[in-house]
Amino acid sequence: MSQLKHFLFRITVAVLFVLVPILGVYTFVKAPEWRLWFPENVSSYGDEIDGLFHTITWMVGITFVGTEGVLVYLILRFSKKDASKANYTHGSHVLELIWTAIPALLLVFVAFSQMSVWSKIKINLPDGEYTAENPFMEVYGSQFDWRVRYPDADKNFSGADVIESAFDIYVPVDTKIVFRLKSRDVLHSFFVPKFRLKQDAVPGMNIPVWFEAEETGTYDLICAELCGWGHYKMAGKVHVLAQDEFDAWLEGRREALYSNGSED
Amino acid sequence: MSNAAIARPLGLDPAGTVHVTHDHHELGFLRKYIFSVDHKVIGIQFLFTGLIMLLFGGLMAMAVRWQLAWPWTQMPILGKVLFPETGGVATPEGYTMLFTMHGTLMVFFVIIPLLTGTFGNYLIPLMIGAPDMAFPRLNMMGYWFWWPGIVCILLSFGAQGGGPAAGWTAYPPLSTIEAAAPGSNWGQNWWLLSLTFVGVSSMMGAVNYVTTIVKMRAPGMGFFRMPLSIWGLMIAALLQLFALPVLTAASFMQLFDRVFDAGFFTPPDIIINNFSPEAGATVDSVGNATGGHPLLWQHLFWFYSHPAVYIMVLPAMGFASDIISVHARKPIFGYKPMAYSMAAIAGLGFIVWGHHMFMSGMNPSVGLVFMTATMMIALPSAIKVFNWLGTLWGSRIRLNSAMLFALAFVAMFIIGGLSGIWMASTPPDIYIHDTYIIVAHFHYVVFAGSVMAIFGSLYHWFPKMFGRMMNETLGKIHFFGTFIFTNGVFYMMHQLGLAGLMRRTADPYAYETYAHLQPMNQFISICAFCLLGWQIFFVVNFFGSMIWGKRAPRNPWKATSLEWETPSPPGHGNFDKELAVYHGPYEYGVPGVEADFVPQTQKCEHVSAH
Amino acid sequence: MSESIAAYDPKVDAPAHLHPVYDYDSGPPVERGKFAIWLFLATEIMFFSGLIGAYIVLRSGASTWPNPADRLAVDLTAVNTFILICSSYTMVLSLFAAEKGDKGGTLKWLGLTILIGSAFVSVQVYEYIELIHHGNIPSKDIFWSTFYVMTGFHGTHVVIGVIWLATVWVRVLKGKYPPQNYLGIELAGLYWHFVDLVWVLLFTIVYLF
Repeated sequence: MSQLKHFLFRITVAVLFVLVPILGVYTFVKAPEWRLWFPENVSSYGDEIDGLFHTITWMVGITFVGTEGVLVYLILRFSKKDASKANYTHGSHVLELIWTAIPALLLVFVAFSQMSVWSKIKINLPDGEYTAENPFMEVYGSQFDWRVRYPDADKNFSGADVIESAFDIYVPVDTKIVFRLKSRDVLHSFFVPKFRLKQDAVPGMNIPVWFEAEETGTYDLICAELCGWGHYKMAGKVHVLAQDEFDAWLEGRREALYSNGSED
Repeated sequence: MSNAAIARPLGLDPAGTVHVTHDHHELGFLRKYIFSVDHKVIGIQFLFTGLIMLLFGGLMAMAVRWQLAWPWTQMPILGKVLFPETGGVATPEGYTMLFTMHGTLMVFFVIIPLLTGTFGNYLIPLMIGAPDMAFPRLNMMGYWFWWPGIVCILLSFGAQGGGPAAGWTAYPPLSTIEAAAPGSNWGQNWWLLSLTFVGVSSMMGAVNYVTTIVKMRAPGMGFFRMPLSIWGLMIAALLQLFALPVLTAASFMQLFDRVFDAGFFTPPDIIINNFSPEAGATVDSVGNATGGHPLLWQHLFWFYSHPAVYIMVLPAMGFASDIISVHARKPIFGYKPMAYSMAAIAGLGFIVWGHHMFMSGMNPSVGLVFMTATMMIALPSAIKVFNWLGTLWGSRIRLNSAMLFALAFVAMFIIGGLSGIWMASTPPDIYIHDTYIIVAHFHYVVFAGSVMAIFGSLYHWFPKMFGRMMNETLGKIHFFGTFIFTNGVFYMMHQLGLAGLMRRTADPYAYETYAHLQPMNQFISICAFCLLGWQIFFVVNFFGSMIWGKRAPRNPWKATSLEWETPSPPGHGNFDKELAVYHGPYEYGVPGVEADFVPQTQKCEHVSAH
Repeated sequence: MSESIAAYDPKVDAPAHLHPVYDYDSGPPVERGKFAIWLFLATEIMFFSGLIGAYIVLRSGASTWPNPADRLAVDLTAVNTFILICSSYTMVLSLFAAEKGDKGGTLKWLGLTILIGSAFVSVQVYEYIELIHHGNIPSKDIFWSTFYVMTGFHGTHVVIGVIWLATVWVRVLKGKYPPQNYLGIELAGLYWHFVDLVWVLLFTIVYLF
């Protein structure tokens, strides 16, 4: 291979490798614009999750650009045709110590910074009207629909006055909703992207879950655990209503229930 | 010493120059190429079988990609074979079967066998200076026990109700109750049997590898003079030995649940598709036992399958280290930190399985422990990357195909490793768990990482395996396309995951949230088809070079490790001269020596003995 | 016979004309076969750990768990356990005999081990038949599911052990194990002791507690 040809080849390889961090970062920067990014958050704790994600993204991004950059530089710099020998070294204790200690500290920092948010969302339930024993509702996954039950006036989930609905879940806004997540058959997972909420529904388990929606609207509820051939269409909706609208909706459902009951 | 007595595997001898000495009785075709006990032939058998399975697994992936790009439309070519009854349009249950089989094939029939079966078999005796494996017959059985596994997995396609469709993770009760899914019929039973056979095969191999490495190193080949490939293979074999039996036990429990209606993973009071396990029954009048727990399977499954991830990457790390050192003409930077960090990855690998289960309903407090352990596993991975960069610093890089793929392994492993930190963090994982960012992450490790390393290793060790050189121009063309399309396929999956796109969803665009993601999925699919198509350059080069390639000398790369001390390809018994090892495997560019490398068998006062 | 030569088997390793015979680097001073069987037993330990672990999880998670004594013939199995432990002793005696080159003694004690192993399996099969006859099958409840999986896989191991010991017995008869090299008996013995040990564990947790 002639000198020029080899030079061009080195450049090509370097360009190929350098495109990875360049396009990699570019696509991440552009992603919100292309709507390939988090959908807007409407829950009270979603911002904290997004914040942690962004912190990690900065750390990871800098490391990514740094290491890939060094790699490209080394490929370009040391691939010249050169009759001389390479540097003869078997390593350096000082360098090993440095690049062990710094990532170790960063990783411990990352691990510890996650703990409070995780405890808040998954370990502890919020103080409020609803608790694990006295939940706002029960949600069941079942092949291939979501079913929701609202308790009667005595907070019971069994009885004639229990309101049931499929696919559509109605909740009031700005309320810390605690609900029980169950499954009637196989595994499902309750995922509302805009709430930043995901929890598997496990048959035989009764998992308390909570969220607080801060904006009214209708949001996609997606099954996030393979549950069979109809997994892809197990789509529900969470309707977040203003408190008075929700009360009116609940009242309407109760009345419908009573009128149906009297007809029987 | 002549080449006379050297029997060539695969009959790829140059111009009929094979002579067999009269004292060496000729083995029949069957014993030489089919039921051979020679580790090199067995390694090459694993290679060909694994590459065929790679094609199968790749075609499954193409079918999945077609459905994601153009759901419910007629699938060209593959559709006719996979979905003849619907005229080539995927069915929802067919789609679940496709990704289940893609995952199963790639993990158990491609990556693990190619890394440990092919290169483990081929390289271990050659690199440590042994004439063969410690137990050659057991080694042969290891290969042939893989075949019932292949037969079972093929039978599962044709089973009544279709192939297994509960994901490669086979979470119960979807996988255990026949009413839950059409694929949870005999397809799932064949799948479980297949895994058991593959497990037995791996176990035979692993016992052999570790015994060979511990007991059969050439004189002077101390543990810390072994090439890092051997370290990677040995640690992977130890992972197989200690983790795999747990999966085997779990598979048997699932098989009992399915065949004898036992209740290991079936909780009480469930009704699946109008079927009540307690009341209904399949083989008797009593009904299923219940009282089990679905999460029990997940714990047992991931106790194996997380270490399995390291089985799929540690040997690749070893191969990449060796290739980089040889073609950078420079000693590996920090040999011992490299070896120790592989051991650390393996050790920590046993206590991190719970990070697959943050959203599973497992006690969330336990999740914090698994998160911290998982973060710590990033540390040895980072150390390895820095040491690879250190190796390249001040080196004299030869940019040939093997080196390009090894460098690509490093570049891609950085991405796969770093994205792991997102999902190890429990709160962000609430959102990204089971989204496409996970798919991007593990494909960057296992495809863009390990498969790149496998390609690099094939280019690097092909001359030894087949006695001929591969074509460099075709190799480079293969590299460029593979590199571009790999990133085209997997990079934007990160962003799809951030948009919330779930894995295993046959038609995501039914959701309002996902409706706008179709164009990006089409882009990814087109890249995927190109990626598969581009492999024609590899196929042509690989098979063409076996026939028309330039004859390879013993040591075409001027490398130091022992496999290059043998003829290319080595004969039965491997070494044709007495071996003694005087120093480590990475002595390149030694000052005061004329050549730029000092083989391990060469005594040299300029090289320190350790 | 020095250790390094014991580890080297020219018939297996390679035709001698291709390369010289040399001592390998010093690994641990243990024969290849013994090293490999310990690795294999490690995988077996993990296998039974998986089964026993699942049992413990399921049992501690269950709201009620039947008293094993109400469902299983504990007395019969206790006797069975005792004779299986005895078979470990006869196995050791057989190995001692082999060491001394006492072929008759080796055959006698090995034969007794095989006999006891077969008796153990027979009692188990009898127990299974009785249980199944009364409708106690794996699908009845989770107790029986775990019972059959754990004892069944152990029973399979005993059967494999008996077959292995029987082949060793035939090889002893043919004089394949001189006092210098009786490794084959030792390996089968190690496996047999392991199977016994697992049974003591299983008997304790499945039958007694």
